[in-house]
Amino acid sequence: MIISNLETLPGKTIVRHLGMVQGNTVRAKHVGRDLMAGIKNVFGGELHGYTELLTESREEAADRMVEQAASMGANAVLNVRFSTSSVAAGAAELFVYGTAVVVE
Amino acid sequence: MELLIFVVLLTLGYAVGRWQETRHFASIQRREKQLAGVLAFSTRHPPRDLPCVETHLVCGSTVISVDYFKQFSAALRGLLGGRINAYESLLERARREALLRMKNDAAARGASAVFNVKLETASITKGARNQIGCVEVLAYGTALIATKTG
Repeated sequence: MIISNLETLPGKTIVRHLGMVQGNTVRAKHVGRDLMAGIKNVFGGELHGYTELLTESREEAADRMVEQAASMGANAVLNVRFSTSSVAAGAAELFVYGTAVVVE
Repeated sequence: MELLIFVVLLTLGYAVGRWQETRHFASIQRREKQLAGVLAFSTRHPPRDLPCVETHLVCGSTVISVDYFKQFSAALRGLLGGRINAYESLLERARREALLRMKNDAAARGASAVFNVKLETASITKGARNQIGCVEVLAYGTALIATKTG
């Protein structure tokens, strides 16, 4: 499975479009991380716990998207976009979408 | 007593925050030099006459929080209006760090160029009680890896 945020792949041609695929995940932060982040907030600097959490969640969202694309028989997802929104207080939604295609 | 705590937090935030920011900028500059070989383009299409390449999506993200002093000075600025320098440097740090991590990912895969680079900014704790002032920046793009047979 090729994942790319380009519209076409160099050296390959798109044979078939299969439509849009997406994956999302909604995550809440957990208390321990929140506490540490609260302390860190006095001093400033990177919140490693949050960075990790968001990276993990984004990978999960991407996995779901790839799963959906695979079930449609695609071998590539093009024009992939990431998006983040905060749906409720303290919870973030991570959303990935793209176009499933068959390339040769 | 409350005033004392406030003043202590403010000085602590200012001193440590300042020190960390200077250190972070120094580290960013050093790593930017190291990764100067990896080029990042925001153009949507890579040049057509490329040799045989493989593509890979690369990402880099970082969450950076403001310190107590910056939050206070930004709140003051909110009353007066104008540029909030404290937040400008925060976002610059976050963006450059995210780009560096993306380039690092690309370099680890043996790529020398990243196309269609997008930057996304999100404030993840918006709306929560006891809000923590932090910002997440995600940088992503498609790394082009030259294959040997090309």
